[in-house]
Amino acid sequence: MTEKQIRVLIAKPGLDGHDRGAKVIARALRDDGMEVIYTGLRQTPEMISEAALQEDVDVIGLSILSGAHNALIPQIMQKLKENGQENVLVFLGGIIPEDDIQGMLDAGIYKVYGPGTDTRQVSRDIREAVSLKQAE
Amino acid sequence: MSLSESVREGSRIALSRVLSQVENSTPAGKQVLDELFPYTGKAHKIGITGPPGSGKSTLVNALARQLRTLENQPRVAIIAVDPTSPFSGGAILGDRVRMLDLQGDPGIFIRSMASRGALGGLATQTEALSQVFDAAGYDFILIETVGAGQSEVDIVNLAHTTIVVDVPGLGDDIQSIKAGILEIADILVVNKADRPGADQSLRYLKSMIEMGYRPLASSAGKHRLAEAMPNLNMPELDEQLSLWIPPVLKTIARDSEGIESLVGEVLKHQKFLKETGRWQLKEAWTLREIVRKRIEGSLVLDFFQQLPVALLDKTMDDVINRKVSPASAVEILLTYNRNRNQTHYSE
Repeated sequence: MTEKQIRVLIAKPGLDGHDRGAKVIARALRDDGMEVIYTGLRQTPEMISEAALQEDVDVIGLSILSGAHNALIPQIMQKLKENGQENVLVFLGGIIPEDDIQGMLDAGIYKVYGPGTDTRQVSRDIREAVSLKQAE
Repeated sequence: MSLSESVREGSRIALSRVLSQVENSTPAGKQVLDELFPYTGKAHKIGITGPPGSGKSTLVNALARQLRTLENQPRVAIIAVDPTSPFSGGAILGDRVRMLDLQGDPGIFIRSMASRGALGGLATQTEALSQVFDAAGYDFILIETVGAGQSEVDIVNLAHTTIVVDVPGLGDDIQSIKAGILEIADILVVNKADRPGADQSLRYLKSMIEMGYRPLASSAGKHRLAEAMPNLNMPELDEQLSLWIPPVLKTIARDSEGIESLVGEVLKHQKFLKETGRWQLKEAWTLREIVRKRIEGSLVLDFFQQLPVALLDKTMDDVINRKVSPASAVEILLTYNRNRNQTHYSE
């Protein structure tokens, strides 16, 4: 209990209803000792940034399979900025075409994961990113 | 502006950060809490407890929404506690999934909390978080416990009003007269009342209440809270007025059915507590419990800090090899620390 608990918000923005991936990640992070706030399906950018604010999370994990990432991600990042939550690290997983990845990173996403990612990798990346952030 | 001032001015981001500091028991958190404490004592704390899957989160969602429609539009804070894994230390906090209706209402603030090893249905710092919300000016604080079995009853030491949520089909009338969770209820709710067996559950619970309260009403008329606190100065209570008989209600939280009556009972209970002087009694009780728990925590911490690791290891070896019983081991260690302190102070 000496190390601060990492708090992660897992949310699915947009309209697709496939939350299996989000749940698998939530479970994997739980098993790695993180506190995962799971908010479920069909979240608007406003809902996501508000939930992240109320829960004071270190990390937001977004899952998008619908192809709407180019529309949704900039809106979410904008909301976070408006609320003064630039310190929150945002990770993205789902079906993100190769050509779009750089755009996502430019929009402020910390890292993008595709299908078949080893959940332990995600977990390691989160720990590393959070400790880098805290060292700043 | 200091952090505590920002919280009282209504900054949500400051509030959220303070909640984290307090939850993690940081020195900064303690300082803010010290500054905020004089402004606490106004909020009505409502506990919601019951078995896993009984619909607590959905009920909290409906309850918060209904409270917001009251005339003075009270602000509502929600603390939702979910269990921490005993193996990984991680947790899935999923209560927000049932509270999507409350998103976007600036008069509502939801905070999820992991139990972090505490066993009574709450986390160690749940009470401290409720103080922060109290000082921030929230009128109602809804505290949802982890899914409770029979003895997760810590909530009664914290809440002014405890709502116990039951669902149809969980047991017969013997279950309903056991000690524990059902007897801490100020209000009993049979949720998912559209399911078969709801009326039967309602009957069991009602007959339990009648069994328990008839002799009390006719003889001493003393409330169990008063009996539990013999050392406190009890105000003179009118025997007729001082008896609260827990109402039993049916709800279907998903459809907001029965929620208006539930809020009615909550407000009735609030009025009852205030008119009979029990509000102050409960506050006194809660604060006494907080101090007691903090002493326990600090003493244990001090104890282990003072104890030489080698002595602990050696004593534990003796216990593991069945040479010394656990009870005697405790005596050895306690005596060691006590003697050490005495020589320390006499020096």
